[in-house]
Amino acid sequence: MTNSKYIKIAVASGKGGTGKTMLATNLAALISGSTKTLLVDLDVEEPNSSLFFGGNKSPAKTLFRPVPEWNREKCLLCDICSDACRFNALIRLGNEISIFDKLCHSCFACSELCPQQALPMKEHAIGELTHITDNNLTIVEGRLFTGEEQSVPLINQTKELSETDYGDYEVKIYDSPPGTSCPVIAAVKGCDLVLLVTEPTPFGLNDLRLAYATMKKMNLPVAVVINRHGIGNGEVDEYCRNESVEIIAKIPYDMEIARICSDGGLLLEEPGYVRPLLESLHKRLIEITNCL
Amino acid sequence: MRILFTSTGESWDSVIDPRFGRTEYLVLYDEESDSLSVTDNRSAKNEAHGAGRATAKVVSDLKPDILITGNGPGGNASGAIKGMNMKIFINAHNLTIKEAYDNYRNKKLTEL
Repeated sequence: MTNSKYIKIAVASGKGGTGKTMLATNLAALISGSTKTLLVDLDVEEPNSSLFFGGNKSPAKTLFRPVPEWNREKCLLCDICSDACRFNALIRLGNEISIFDKLCHSCFACSELCPQQALPMKEHAIGELTHITDNNLTIVEGRLFTGEEQSVPLINQTKELSETDYGDYEVKIYDSPPGTSCPVIAAVKGCDLVLLVTEPTPFGLNDLRLAYATMKKMNLPVAVVINRHGIGNGEVDEYCRNESVEIIAKIPYDMEIARICSDGGLLLEEPGYVRPLLESLHKRLIEITNCL
Repeated sequence: MRILFTSTGESWDSVIDPRFGRTEYLVLYDEESDSLSVTDNRSAKNEAHGAGRATAKVVSDLKPDILITGNGPGGNASGAIKGMNMKIFINAHNLTIKEAYDNYRNKKLTEL
């Protein structure tokens, strides 16, 4: 059983553009009205949660990950390192070892296996972390540097910092990247519940299936939020019924919601029906996570 | 000159493979000895990451003076082959290796 006071909720989706950030920001804003809430933007390739809030921004802190550095003098060109590299980040070209930092997954294999210790690991800057505080709400935002290909190390570090630096925050909401690949898995890992946001269309259903299968494999409890309810068809409802997945909220397809979000606004005042909808979602979240 | 072609097959009549990293074969023509040799590169298509760099390593071991291909190496491979002392000619796709070689001789290919 989870400590009922502290809950960690991931907001994820198979499909992009389903309304993850809309849900995460508004839910965080609502809950922070009564509880210290942390919103962690793990969509580090394009973080945008902070756009919806004011507050004080901390100076950005650079985050790093280790990559090997070749020591030409020590190297015997034995090829153990290049054979070990699964990502071709490290290859031998003639008498040169070529290292491509962006492809390196920081697995240390080359460095550890090198009999000459000719590949010490050095720090490579991958992105930055910013904290934004707005009353009871703190937003932690990871932002990958342009040109960096790997978001997982940054996601992991951002998550770790959200644990170590914000232990006293009762509610943590993790706004995840879309899809079902490694960044998503890194983002949802260790959460108490995953809210999968989908839209009620065949495309939405297809990606929901993939996302649900992923969460199931990770043994993570899931609830579905249908956004843009009213378009498409009833197949998502039917799918959730068949899979016994709870649909925890349905957010209507409404031009006013789209307009407010596009202006960087929150939905807690207008349209009037959103706040009660989120309140009942929050209540249900507490019930579900208490039972876990 | 040692001239290397990215190729979909193993002979003079094979068509140039426009891809660098995931080219199926690398065909090397050594003008001096007038001999053609083939390297099977089909395993590159199983590389989830960095196929261009894996192929760059193979190319580096073949030590060509000239590379003739279609699209040209992508971003990851470019850095790797920059250090090789090799001229690169592109836009040879849809040609057979024989035609590409003739076009190269007649200076009809674009140098990268």
